Amino acid sequence: MRTVNKLKPGESGIVLGIVSPEALKRRIIDMGITPGAVITVKKMAPFGDPIEICIRGYHLSIGKKEASKITVEKTENFLGEKVV
Amino acid sequence: MMQVQNKFKKKSNTLKFALVGNPNSGKTTLFNQLTGSTQYVGNWPGVTVEKKEGKAKFLGQVITILDLPGIYSLSPYSPEEVITRNSLLNDPPDVIINVVDSTNIERNLYLTTQISEFGIPIVLALNMIDIFRKRGDVVLLEELEQKFGVFVIPISASKSEGLKELISRAIYVSKQKNNTAFKNFYEADIGQTIEKIEKIISQAKNEKFGSARWSAVKIFEDDPLALKSVKLNEAQASKIASLKNSIKTSRNVDRQIMVADQRYKYICNACSKAIKRKCALETETFSDKIDKILTHRILALPIFLLFIFVIFNATFGQFGNFFKEKVEWFVNNPFALLFSDILDKTGASVWTKSLVLDGIIKGVGVAACFLPQIIILFSLLSLLEDSGYMSRCAFIMDKLLRKMGLSGRSFVPMLMGFGCTVPAVMSTRTIECEKTKLATIFVIPFMSCSAKMIIYSLMVPVFFNDNQPLIIFSLYLIGIAVAVLSAIILKNTVSKDTSSSFIMELPPYRMPTFKSLFIHVWERVKDFLKRAGTVLAGCSVVVWFLRSFDFNLQMVQDSQSSILAGVATFIAPIFTPCGFGNWRASVALMAGLAAKESVVSTMAVLYGAGDSVKLSEAICAAFSKASAFSFMTFVLLYTPCIAAVSAIRREFHNPKWTALAVCYQLLIAWVVSIMVFLIGNLFF
Repeated sequence: MRTVNKLKPGESGIVLGIVSPEALKRRIIDMGITPGAVITVKKMAPFGDPIEICIRGYHLSIGKKEASKITVEKTENFLGEKVV
Repeated sequence: MMQVQNKFKKKSNTLKFALVGNPNSGKTTLFNQLTGSTQYVGNWPGVTVEKKEGKAKFLGQVITILDLPGIYSLSPYSPEEVITRNSLLNDPPDVIINVVDSTNIERNLYLTTQISEFGIPIVLALNMIDIFRKRGDVVLLEELEQKFGVFVIPISASKSEGLKELISRAIYVSKQKNNTAFKNFYEADIGQTIEKIEKIISQAKNEKFGSARWSAVKIFEDDPLALKSVKLNEAQASKIASLKNSIKTSRNVDRQIMVADQRYKYICNACSKAIKRKCALETETFSDKIDKILTHRILALPIFLLFIFVIFNATFGQFGNFFKEKVEWFVNNPFALLFSDILDKTGASVWTKSLVLDGIIKGVGVAACFLPQIIILFSLLSLLEDSGYMSRCAFIMDKLLRKMGLSGRSFVPMLMGFGCTVPAVMSTRTIECEKTKLATIFVIPFMSCSAKMIIYSLMVPVFFNDNQPLIIFSLYLIGIAVAVLSAIILKNTVSKDTSSSFIMELPPYRMPTFKSLFIHVWERVKDFLKRAGTVLAGCSVVVWFLRSFDFNLQMVQDSQSSILAGVATFIAPIFTPCGFGNWRASVALMAGLAAKESVVSTMAVLYGAGDSVKLSEAICAAFSKASAFSFMTFVLLYTPCIAAVSAIRREFHNPKWTALAVCYQLLIAWVVSIMVFLIGNLFF
């Protein structure tokens, strides 16, 4: 199982779950990061942290530490289809 | 499905609508359009940090409109969420106007699924429909209305489209009685469990938490706040516990995630039927293309520095100076002459003439000369904000700021600090981590605000002929360096082990509108005019009086023998090691505690110099290169104006810390300016 911070720019993954303390978990799921959603890592900030991801059609910047709480299954051929 | 209980009693006859929606979904733009007010709108999440109320008139009916801070959910964990949720609970509106950004509909509808369970009737305003349609996308309104059980009205708040329909629909909904039904967003087993819990809860005591449905969902999620607010007896509690346990969870997916997941699945399903997209969601947009360059791994930093350089050069270079000279001419020639004429004709006494000309006009006039530069700086900063670049700055700088115990979210407030400390301090409310917020507030005053700029603009040309922008830039750098050092000191002492998270939306770039720019600049100009009329004029009069009369209240020829000189001579020695131990400088600094502009206006009154040319000559005689630089450093670092200190106190919620911050600012200003003076003496 991978976490989002391990994805390279350009790679995508399907969210499996979130393992994190209460408040942070709430924040993460409220932003639309829920099981089945597709996350694409867009780029890294100049200093390597945070990263920019695309989720549900919008852009989100998220710290690497926070990204490490999100487990994903890497997808090979990402064509914008949602796996629900 | 259960009926919405109308548990919220109505208090008065005026209708009240609340605007609720995600950050950056255009609530404030809509609020401005509906109420005709001019609240500031920006393109970064978290512009509105407190609720605002306005009145709208519709067909002769007065309606109260409430603008609430943008939220992603009703959780409530962030300060915005707390404000919005408490407002809905304690002072429920007749109708919630749920503002949904149609260009980012899925995530926006997530909040809709929550507030539709809250128990207050809602109308859905599908905002930015113009951009949505421009992309070639189509929405089937009936489908959406049916799926979410609410009226959906497409609007464009910025273009003022669909607003009448929206309000008349909201009025219609407010007159309906208890006929909206809760939509079930959940799959069979979860939905049934929630309904069962809801039945139990509707018999229990519920202390201001929202409808029974909402409480049921929250209790199902094990939300600590819900468990506290809903008073259950033992039988009810154990019944609910067994109901909850009937739903299987895993390590990765608990009930909270499950509920969110169900909501999103419902939304995805609804959107796939109601929205026909021309291109896939992931298609590269214009905004993405801009971002490829602006947040490029290598180019991002140089581009950021370039922007700062351009802003700087426009403000302090030839462009800004040109306008400054024009205003200067106007204040000194037609304006002062006019007053002098009027006073002569009305036969005013010598001292009235002196009061008006030497006191008020000189004091306020000199500060007014620098207004064009303030306007330029503010316009450029607000362009950065409105375009959406500010949140990119947070993205770029987060790691660096984290090393100092701050976070990327601190960056926008810090950058705004170059404009004015007051809104900058207020905007720290978007920082979730309390310690990070306090540290950010602590360092903001070291970001040289635009009123301090006036002093540099006055003094630098006198002493440093070449490299003027460079010298001013070095002052800003000293401010930033002190801010960085202070943050690091704080990190290693008071706010150890902070672990603030960084999750921030990057909104699409938008073309800044002239209206928004105007509102922003006008706010600042209005603020300046207000200060000019009150603090600056008042200070100038007081200073004029104290320097024109001696202790026997006789008008003096030479201010050296005035009351002010007598008093200030006691204080001045404190500043001798800094290089400006003359009494006039001390008075100017004291006046600066009220407003930074009055440092300059006080000097103008004290040196009896009406325009900045004469003032320059006087300053040239009173300071050396090193002491001038040291004086400017002191101004840069010492306690900000009264308005800023009170804003800091409000956000600190603690007078002791505020006092500590003020003492720290005074001490650091004193120490650094001594250092600057000593080093300056070696070079100049």
